[in-house]
Amino acid sequence: MRDITLGQYFPSNGVLHKLDARTKILFLVAFIVLIFCSFNFYALGLVAAFTMVIVLLSKVPVKMFLKSLKTIILIVVITSVLNLFYGTGEPIFEWWIFSVTLDGIFNAIFVTVRIICLVVVSSALTFTTSPTDMTDGLERLMKPLTVFHISVHEIAMMMTIALRFVPTLLEETDKIMSAQKARGADMESGNLIKRIKALIPVLVPLFVSSFRRAYDLAMAMECRCYRGGKGRTRLKQMHFTKKDAGALVVMIFLTAGVVLCDIFL
Amino acid sequence: MNQIDVKDLVFTYESLEEIQQNICDYVINGVSLTVKKGEFLSVIGHNGSGKSTLSKHFNAILLPTGGKVYVEGMDTLDEDKCYDIRRKVGLVLQNPDNQLVASIVEEDVAFGPENLGVEPKEIRKRVDEALKAVGMYEYRTFAPHKLSGGQKQRVAIAGILAMKPDCIVLDEPTAMLDPKGREEVLNAIHTLNKEHGITIVLITHNMDEAVTSDRVIVMDGGKILTEGTPKDVFSQVELLKKHRLDVPQSTELCYKLRAYGVDIKELPLNIDECVSTLKEVLL
Repeated sequence: MRDITLGQYFPSNGVLHKLDARTKILFLVAFIVLIFCSFNFYALGLVAAFTMVIVLLSKVPVKMFLKSLKTIILIVVITSVLNLFYGTGEPIFEWWIFSVTLDGIFNAIFVTVRIICLVVVSSALTFTTSPTDMTDGLERLMKPLTVFHISVHEIAMMMTIALRFVPTLLEETDKIMSAQKARGADMESGNLIKRIKALIPVLVPLFVSSFRRAYDLAMAMECRCYRGGKGRTRLKQMHFTKKDAGALVVMIFLTAGVVLCDIFL
Repeated sequence: MNQIDVKDLVFTYESLEEIQQNICDYVINGVSLTVKKGEFLSVIGHNGSGKSTLSKHFNAILLPTGGKVYVEGMDTLDEDKCYDIRRKVGLVLQNPDNQLVASIVEEDVAFGPENLGVEPKEIRKRVDEALKAVGMYEYRTFAPHKLSGGQKQRVAIAGILAMKPDCIVLDEPTAMLDPKGREEVLNAIHTLNKEHGITIVLITHNMDEAVTSDRVIVMDGGKILTEGTPKDVFSQVELLKKHRLDVPQSTELCYKLRAYGVDIKELPLNIDECVSTLKEVLL
């Protein structure tokens, strides 16, 4: 429990690691749009091939991608099976009220490939971007939203603090659990409801101590002259480099490719 | 100009009505003191003596109910000066876990200068200097939860240091640390005082820590009990004992020996002094 990797970041020297977080986030958004805009097999093939390129470029063990796919395998199976029966046209195979058409098979394949690409590319973002870069990137990308009175800085600060305190609170949970076990609390036996009930003596002290921590942290932040996002500078400046420009060009070509496939093939 | 001037400070956590009806407990009840530039001052007292509350007045975290606190001539009640005061006087708290904001050491140290709107290049310089000053430069890319208590506390000190304060107030910074961490932190504080000329106010209940300072203030019941050099203060063993305070072990040993009639003129403050005092008596 102690060694939880947050956002599952894998430090490495790959090209994707060196890209600006903003580029990667924008890239992901654009790519998701492309995934759902590929209407024929050529376009879909292009998207799938590109997903594989990203996996290779990420320099993250393929095992990790498979692991993240494992969690959604049920969703993939259910949606593809459902799609199988929702096609229109000549049935190839019929049984009782179910009928499978060629259209349905195509639909199923599309949905499966789309979901897999979606998950793989999103994981690639979290695997190659450190949590702090991610919050930083999000803060800067969402800056325009301040026009609508959304306090972007506060949201990013909350994310930063949450990330900072997850390991601390996990450690504390461990300690409290041990303390309660030492007093004879039974957390490992009984049915689900019993076990959930057994967690109450852990959660209550955890909450109380979190509030105390929050109070302390607020004071420490005040001591360090924190007064919101106004007039704040940052240690780490984000720079768009040639690599980011390269990524942009790749994205443009990919979009063009998918659109051309959609229209002409 | 003095670093900090406290004049007849009175403070209560309770509401105005209770103050008017005169039914409240004063946590601080008429304290006047000065902190001189460049000195190492210790404030000792047992729990509930008001020493922590006092420390929070030094950088306008708490504001006086009565009396005044001046930081380099600036009144802490003056709201416009609040951030100037906090930049001049930094406060380090007891629990190292609760003071770190970012999940990477150097980003946490940068938090203060970032808030002050310092240029990125200058922040980088300050962060490196601050981390080097407390001996944590090699750990700059670590996550705080991978560090020991003493290391975390030194990062917290570096975080204050990066704001380039004139004075650092430490509220029981070693209370939650093991002996090794305690020594690391104390060494760091002494280096800052001697080599960087930063005024230090150390709030503590550990008498051995107070011994190493230039001046000691003893608090009890929201008032100053006595003040002076460590020698002066700790020679008043009876007074300290009466207020349930300890004296350093070597002082106590020699004090007790003296009570049994051993001829000891001056009470020692640390082990070395104690050894030489005892040698004198025995040989």
